[in-house]
Amino acid sequence: MQVRRLAAWAALPLVVTLGLSACGKSGGSDSGGANPNGVVSIGIAEPKHLIPSNTSETSGSQVLAALFAPLVDFDEANKPFEVAAQEISTTDNKTWTIKLKDGWTFHNGEPVTADSYINAWNYAAYGPNAQDNNYFFDKVEGYKDLNPADAKTTPTATTLTGLKKVDDKTFTVTLSAPFSEFKSQLGYTAYYPLPNSAFESITASPLVIAKAYEDAPVGNGPFKIKGTWQHDAQVEVEKYDGFAGTKPTVGGALFKIYQNSDAEYADLQANNLDVVKQIPTAALSTAQGDLGDRYMTSPASTLQVLAFPTFDKRFAKAEVRKAISMAIDREEIANKVFQGSQKAAYSFVSPVVAGYRDKTCGAACEFNATEAKKLYTENDGPKSINITYNADGGHQEWVDATCNQLKANLGVECVGTPEAKFADLLTKAKAKKEIGMFRMGWVMDYPSMENYLGPLYSTGGSSNYYGYSNPTFDNLLKEGSAAPTQEEAIKKYQQAEDILAQEMPVLPLRFGQNVFGHSTNVKDVHIDLFNRVDLNKIQIVS
Amino acid sequence: MFRYLVRRFLQMIMVFIATTFIVYSLMYLTGGDPIQALAGEKPVTDLQRAQLTVKYGLDQPFLVRYWNYLTDLLHLDFGTTLTGRSIKDILLDAWPVTMQLALIAILVTIIFGVTAGVIAGIRRGSIFDNATLVLTLIVIGIPSVVLAPLSQYLFTIQWKLFPTTASGNPTWYELLLPGIVLGSLSVATAMRLTRASVSENLRADFVRTARSKGMPGRRVIGIHVLRNSLIPIVTFLGVELGSLMAGAIVTESVFNVPGVGFQLARALKTEDTPLVIGIVSVLVIVFLVANLIVDLLYAVLDPRIRYE
Repeated sequence: MQVRRLAAWAALPLVVTLGLSACGKSGGSDSGGANPNGVVSIGIAEPKHLIPSNTSETSGSQVLAALFAPLVDFDEANKPFEVAAQEISTTDNKTWTIKLKDGWTFHNGEPVTADSYINAWNYAAYGPNAQDNNYFFDKVEGYKDLNPADAKTTPTATTLTGLKKVDDKTFTVTLSAPFSEFKSQLGYTAYYPLPNSAFESITASPLVIAKAYEDAPVGNGPFKIKGTWQHDAQVEVEKYDGFAGTKPTVGGALFKIYQNSDAEYADLQANNLDVVKQIPTAALSTAQGDLGDRYMTSPASTLQVLAFPTFDKRFAKAEVRKAISMAIDREEIANKVFQGSQKAAYSFVSPVVAGYRDKTCGAACEFNATEAKKLYTENDGPKSINITYNADGGHQEWVDATCNQLKANLGVECVGTPEAKFADLLTKAKAKKEIGMFRMGWVMDYPSMENYLGPLYSTGGSSNYYGYSNPTFDNLLKEGSAAPTQEEAIKKYQQAEDILAQEMPVLPLRFGQNVFGHSTNVKDVHIDLFNRVDLNKIQIVS
Repeated sequence: MFRYLVRRFLQMIMVFIATTFIVYSLMYLTGGDPIQALAGEKPVTDLQRAQLTVKYGLDQPFLVRYWNYLTDLLHLDFGTTLTGRSIKDILLDAWPVTMQLALIAILVTIIFGVTAGVIAGIRRGSIFDNATLVLTLIVIGIPSVVLAPLSQYLFTIQWKLFPTTASGNPTWYELLLPGIVLGSLSVATAMRLTRASVSENLRADFVRTARSKGMPGRRVIGIHVLRNSLIPIVTFLGVELGSLMAGAIVTESVFNVPGVGFQLARALKTEDTPLVIGIVSVLVIVFLVANLIVDLLYAVLDPRIRYE
């Protein structure tokens, strides 16, 4: 009696769940050709903003890439070609003339004009608006007047003097110094145009973006928003019939918002979601088995380095820095710690930009324990070293692994020193405190070699926290920026990179990889160099 | 009764101010850098940092900021998050979802926990009693960080019985599995509490009296035993309802349920102090109200309890 009752109790939940499962929707897909009207679902995190000048993270820029068309895009060789622009020309790399294509309209029917760009860029560059992408305009003439050093004072100007309208479809941009890579910069989110309807009043000065605009952004791109941005849930876009550029390969996209990447991956496993742009770390070891050939990788723009502060005399000799570099087995860390989600780096410039060469670092980045030890002792390398890192970014594991390699191969003491935040680390570096070597990451702003060199190593560069300074290097960068063609610019930049290889102010460690996966409903999934799913290539299997 | 309520409300205000002050100062003291957190790995230029600091009022002294917050709160103005969204809107979206989830969890607790507890209490030492004791021991031993992903994998990916994650406006069906997972954590406690309480009351004098009067067994257990056994359980459920709402962080994250736990997790991750404090303030109120209701229920269950 009691046993039977127990069995009944145990069966109850089972019956309940089975009954419920019958209510679940049953989905299935047949294979065949591509369906140009289907909707592809892509997992993203909640965007911080959906305003071009204020969107710098990948979730927001993924949505904006559907809603907007850039002036230039990048081909297979990562060189820029015109999209919304008819022609971008210059004679001196200082004054750039941008001519727009005819017949382009915003989703509300408004024509795209030179003013659409000038207004958007002035809004972005105006300091008190505190836009994330404000610094993209710091090379344009008049930027200083919009961004006074003291944040509490009102700027003396509200528009950039470097932006001038020629006619409805043409405008010029004057930079404060020649910059040959400006055309590549124009491919970034920050340079999208805004329709007049985005602003509260188009005649106001300074311009103010209407509050409601962000909930349903109106752009000039292949897709228009369907409904509004549903916070923490989804953003849906559908084909814009009036789009004058290349028509996309899908009828629409549903950007599903996830707070937790494991939940996103679970939805991919259940085939409820079509694309996961970054497979979570916890699932990396099993993802290849789960997804088979739907597990994919492509190079990403990020670069991880170990930096030597120039004020730390222990690392003053280039030979010591080279010895440390040679004692690190990059492949082992990339494969064991990161399970292939990052790739060993032997150059200072990422493979996603034109002009990249493999192994520019030469022998100094090749793992060679015996040479390293010899070089290190010959040059009196320090007996104990430490690597400072930020504890909130999941860096402890590889820093410890690197330290263990240094301990084993150089016979030195090595410890990892955590700092709570990356900002804490930088504060100490700026104050020239003794922090030893420290980790740094770099995310590309625009696909150009210059972006991996100028901000990081030029004298007074915006992210040159270790204080590296070399006049020859600075000169080469200047010559590159003034070079008449991109090919010549790349040559100068490559010479500059060679100087880094000799002096090793930082050790390149690893390049990022996009490790992504897709469902059985889609094919031809490509992640572009800004970590966005390319909606002009993806196809829906029908 | 009225004077009791007034006294309780005054106490609640004190507790509310004290807790929000503690949370506010903790968030302040941890010395995070919300501006850097907002920018992620990218370096923030000095100029932008200065502008954002002024914009969010981060340069004002601590007490001024707390005072501003409290006065705004009195006008039901929760402020905006660091990304400029209205916190009131976020809370209005998130609370109904979490309440739905908590309701499912509480129902699971009552249906499985309390029912099993009553049966186990009546049939002490039986196979059912021993089996449920072992089962609850296992469930107590599994933390939700394991239970939630495991059940998600088994029930939604392997066997496809439930939807894997919830959508923006989740339906009851989408919330069922997360609700069961959430509830199962308190099922064990509820079951053991009920079992102990029921078996103790079964031996009480009034039960023997009722039995000897010739009252049918069902009535003895249904009215006399159960009603008297419910007091500790109601206390537990009341407090549990509060912690279910706060403790749903793991479950809501795993199943992507856009509730309060989901928002709190994100707010902590991005160091969005205004959002953290907004959520915690409401949580405090929920706890206080739940406790008050529990206390009032005592009087309903046990006529000997009177409030003055």
